[in-house]
Amino acid sequence: MGGAADILELMKEIRGRRIKVLVAKLGLDGHDRGAKVVARALKDAGMEVIYTGIRQSPEQVVETAIQEDVDIIGVSILSGAHIPLMERLISLLKEKGIDDIPVFLGGTIPIPDIPKLEKIGVDKVFLPGTPLYDIIKYTVEAVKKKRSRRN
Amino acid sequence: MSKGDSIKEVLDKASKGDKAALGRLLTIIETSPKKASMVVSEILHEEGGAHVIGITGIPGSGKSTLISRLISHYKDRGLKIAVIAIDPTSPLSQGALLGDRIRMQEHATSPNVFIRSVPTRGVKGGLSFSGVTMIEVFDKLGYDKIIVESIGVGQTDIDIMNVAHTIVVVTTPGLGDDIQALKAGIMEIGDIYVLNKSDKPEANKTYAYLDFALDLGELGGVDKRGWRPRLLKTSAIMGEGIQELADSIKEHLEYIKASNKYMEKIQTRRMLMIKLLAEKIFLEKLEDLAEKGDKIRLEKNNSLYQACINLIKKVSRELERE
Repeated sequence: MGGAADILELMKEIRGRRIKVLVAKLGLDGHDRGAKVVARALKDAGMEVIYTGIRQSPEQVVETAIQEDVDIIGVSILSGAHIPLMERLISLLKEKGIDDIPVFLGGTIPIPDIPKLEKIGVDKVFLPGTPLYDIIKYTVEAVKKKRSRRN
Repeated sequence: MSKGDSIKEVLDKASKGDKAALGRLLTIIETSPKKASMVVSEILHEEGGAHVIGITGIPGSGKSTLISRLISHYKDRGLKIAVIAIDPTSPLSQGALLGDRIRMQEHATSPNVFIRSVPTRGVKGGLSFSGVTMIEVFDKLGYDKIIVESIGVGQTDIDIMNVAHTIVVVTTPGLGDDIQALKAGIMEIGDIYVLNKSDKPEANKTYAYLDFALDLGELGGVDKRGWRPRLLKTSAIMGEGIQELADSIKEHLEYIKASNKYMEKIQTRRMLMIKLLAEKIFLEKLEDLAEKGDKIRLEKNNSLYQACINLIKKVSRELERE
C-alpha cells in the first residue's frame, strides 16, 4: 500500500473530482510544519488546498470553510487543547448547517483521547508518523462519501 | 442550506446575505459552464455599481497584506468588500495551494467581507472564466469594493486590465536595475504604482527610478489615457501609506466615472467573460474527445490551416449535439 502505482491510481481519481480541502491551524500553537507538509502532499496529489495560517479561532475556520465552500476540513493541533477546540469547531459547523463536511485531525493527540474526539464528531484522527498516502487516500474516500450523501 | 436547491433559490438566499449560499453559488460557477451561464442570465440584466480594483505585481511584493489593510480601511467606512484571490494551479498535478487569504484571516469573520480563493486551472491570462463571473455575482449582490488579487507573474498576467476599473501594481525596493526589464509587461498597465515595503533601506533609490520612469511617461502612457499614473510608498506590514493609497484609488474612480470609462470597463469585462467561457467550453470538449480516443491528426492532403478549421467544426458539431 502506498507505492507509486497506488498513488497514480489515486491521482487519476482525484483529477476527475476537483476536491477542495481546508487545512487549518486551530488554536494558539505555532507548530505548522505538519500542516504545511500535509497541505503540500494534498496539493501534489491534485487537490485544491486552502491553508489558513496559524492561530485560528474555530469561528475563523468555520467562516473560511463557508466562504470557500470546501469539501473537507483538516485540522492540526499541537497545543494539547484539542478537545475543547474541536468541540467548539464541530458545534459551530452544526449551527451553520454544514456539519456534513467531514473533519479530520492531526497533531500530538494522546491515544486515549481518540474515542472522545470521535464522539464529538471528528471523522478521523491521524497520529504523528502517519504515511502521507494514508491521509490522501482517506481524504478522497471521505469526500466521495460526503458527496454521495449530498446527492 | 439544503442541498437540492435550484440556482434561483441559491441566488435568492445569497442575495439575502446567506454566505453559505454564496459560497455554493461560486462553486456552481466554477464547476459547470452550463449552470454558470444560467447564473449569469439571472444576474446580468442590471449592474450593481461596484468598484472593481485589480491588485497585481510580482510574487512576494506584499499584495495580500496590502489588501488586508485596504479591507480594514473600507470596512471602517461601512462598505461591503469581496476579495477574489487568484493563485496558480500546478500544471503537473492540477492541484493548488491557495495561500493568499492567510494574510487576510483577521477579516474572516467580518459580516461585510467575503474572501474567495480561485485557482487558475490552466488559464493562461491568469484570470479564469470563474474569476470574471464571480465579479458579476459580487456586483449583483451589492458589494461596494471587489478586489481581485492576481497571481502576479509578470507579462502574462495582464487580463486583469480588462476586468478592473482601477489597477494597482505593487512592487518592492531592491529591484532597482530590474525596473527597465519590468517596464514592458506589467509595469505598463497600472493606474497606481505602489512601492511596498518602503520601510526597507533601498526604498528611496527604487522610488527615484520609478518616479523618473513615470515622468518620462514610460510607466503607463499619460496622454494615452488622460490619467497620470500615481506613484505611492506604502509599508503594508507597518500600516503606512494606506490612507494615501485609498485616496488615489478613490480619485481614480472619480476620474473613470467622469470620463465614461466606468461603463466601458464593464463592457470589456463582459466581452472577456464570453471569450473565456468559449475557450473553456472548446478546450473541455477537445479534451473529452481526446479521452474517448479521438486522435487529432494531420491528413496528407490537408494544409495545417484546413486541419484546424476541421477540428473547430468537429468540436462545434459535438457541442451542438448536446
